[in-house]
Amino acid sequence: MQLQDKRLFRKKRPRYGEIAIEWSIRVVSSVSILVIVLIFLFVFREAAGIFNSATEAGSTLQTIEAETAGKSEIHTSDNDDLKPEIYNPDSGIETGEAPPANLLPDLQVATTEASGKSEIHTSDDDDLKPEIYNPDSGEEAVESLISDISDKPLQPSKSIWQNLAGENWQPISEEPKFGVTPLIIGTVKTTFTAIAIAAPLGILAAMYVALFAHRRLREIIKPFIEILAGFPSVVIGFFCLMTVASILQDTFGFDYRLNSIVGGLGLAITVVPIIFTITEDALSAVPKSYREAALALGATEWEAAFRLMLPAAMPGVIAAVLLGIGRAFGETMIALMATGNAPLAEWNLAAPARTLAATIGAEMGEVIWGSTHYGVLFFLGALLFLVSFAINLLTEVFVRRRLAKKFQGS
Amino acid sequence: MTHDATAKLRAINFNVHYGEKHALHDITLEVRPNKVAALIGPSGCGKSTFLRSINRMNDVIEGVKTSGSIEIDGVNVYDSYVDVVELRKRVGMVFQKSIPFPKSIYENVAFGLRLAGNTAKSELDEIVEQSLKRAALWGEVSDRLDKSAMGLSGGQQQRLCIARAIAVNPEILLMDEPCSALDPISTAKIEELIEDLKSSYTIIIVTHNMQQAARVSDVTGFFYMGRLVEMDRTRTIFTSPAQKETEDYITGRFG
Ligand SMILES: Nc1ncnc2c1ncn2[C@@H]1O[C@H](COP(=O)(O)OP(=O)(O)OP(=O)(O)O)[C@@H](O)[C@H]1O
Ligand SMILES: [Mg+2]
Repeated sequence: MQLQDKRLFRKKRPRYGEIAIEWSIRVVSSVSILVIVLIFLFVFREAAGIFNSATEAGSTLQTIEAETAGKSEIHTSDNDDLKPEIYNPDSGIETGEAPPANLLPDLQVATTEASGKSEIHTSDDDDLKPEIYNPDSGEEAVESLISDISDKPLQPSKSIWQNLAGENWQPISEEPKFGVTPLIIGTVKTTFTAIAIAAPLGILAAMYVALFAHRRLREIIKPFIEILAGFPSVVIGFFCLMTVASILQDTFGFDYRLNSIVGGLGLAITVVPIIFTITEDALSAVPKSYREAALALGATEWEAAFRLMLPAAMPGVIAAVLLGIGRAFGETMIALMATGNAPLAEWNLAAPARTLAATIGAEMGEVIWGSTHYGVLFFLGALLFLVSFAINLLTEVFVRRRLAKKFQGS
Repeated sequence: MTHDATAKLRAINFNVHYGEKHALHDITLEVRPNKVAALIGPSGCGKSTFLRSINRMNDVIEGVKTSGSIEIDGVNVYDSYVDVVELRKRVGMVFQKSIPFPKSIYENVAFGLRLAGNTAKSELDEIVEQSLKRAALWGEVSDRLDKSAMGLSGGQQQRLCIARAIAVNPEILLMDEPCSALDPISTAKIEELIEDLKSSYTIIIVTHNMQQAARVSDVTGFFYMGRLVEMDRTRTIFTSPAQKETEDYITGRFG
């Protein structure tokens, strides 16, 4: 009997089902990670176009032309079939004859695009390229196309950096101005308003639900607020646009019906559930015995909550607020509908504002493919991404490591 | 019931119900000032319930009903005009499991003082030092008061909790199995500490350790199934108890 058991133990049985599941999970997750990475790379690369097109093109022209020609020949031969489908359904220019630069009318186009190309291909980016583009050889083609397409020779009087640093956002005009300052001010204004409203509300509500409410009440309030988190933002935006804006104007007599306070309020509606949920979790994770010990020392319920439970949950609370900031920062629909959408470089909260996300949302639909405006919108997207990345990094590094140590001991 | 004017704590026909469950039946006992009273008895007999009734920590549990009275200095703590928060400042409590707050050692000890509105730095410093010294912890932590209390050992944490409880200078100190999670050395330190603290406080300690009860207490009460079987001088309880059940319990025949 025992001997048999031993033999059984030795016999290894392959578990095909599990292996299959494990592999499919692996494949799916790596594909999704890859897709996310590629999206980011795409955004950054599109944004990079504006800096390239603004560089001076002159002496390098010839070498570049040669290079461009060479390159695109290679690409076109490989990827001719791919190009039109993916990137340029409407323009049939480049079927292989675009690269030859001896056509005079094309010279200017070539100048700008070539300079762009030269930046990407010849200079320091060389080492990056293989990583980025090789996984999918189609991408190369894409890139050559993008620069081919730049439909207008943009010769800005000032550099793109100066333009971006300007105070005006007038992308559609004789001399387009892409000053992001008003957009950044607008974003900061509305985000600030949203957090100033949502953080106290969310944290206090979480404290009430986690520490004071009866169990039955908690079971009602908690899912209710969490449902709010999944509420379509367009509905909230519409509500703010139609109702909240009027109420606020009637009450406070704002000069502008739509302004960053209305927008911030709308954003707060989406941010409160985030802050609430995470703070509530953090507070619930604090041992109940702390409260008892504090009460036994002669603390009132509120003293126990504010002096002990809240500080103990502080890393989670700060993470909640940071995530709330990230949400308010990136929220598009409400910002689009309720802020008034005027790119003013003004810190007045009662004035209209326009956020980075709303700008992309509003203008991406009408922008000319490959134009500077198009690149600038992607630049804004990259900016958004970088800031939310920085916020997440901050949450991770500062909150998890430093604060956790401070509040919970090493 | 004879009213002994010198009693610090007196329970009279005190009952506790947890919902349907009748956890304490007609407890009547008294403890004199500056004495150590030990409460012993098998698990689930209501020792902790009684202890928590003294500083009304049972109030925070839903569905608890009490009847009868517990008097401190002749005042029934269940009278409607009694301020529970003030009561708890006068009746300190040390829990079975040490509960250091996730703050610095200093802030742990100062917690109760800050609650009492005591914020003068020099005064806090002095009381914190004094309390830690009385809890026999000062020597081990004096150089790292600003470090987190979570980094202390279990025995140190329990002594920290004692320091935290005595920092607010209570009159009565309730200790619910304070040594149950500690090694013999830490236990010895805390027993020594109880001996010291006796001069200033009235101490009620719950313990499962008969030797400990015999060592530290002046009077011992034996609880069984929610009733106080008997309470007498510790020596009497351990040498010639009046009740058969008490004798069976302390000689280890059950429980
Ligand atoms: N919160 C509560 N809700 C309901 N019943 C409780 C509660 N706390 C204690 N009880 C019951 O009251 C009785 C007395 O419990 P208590 O904690 O006072 O026992 P104890 O003597 O301290 O036991 P131990 O030595 O194990 O700590 C037990 O039967 C227990 O089940
Ligand atoms: Mg107990």
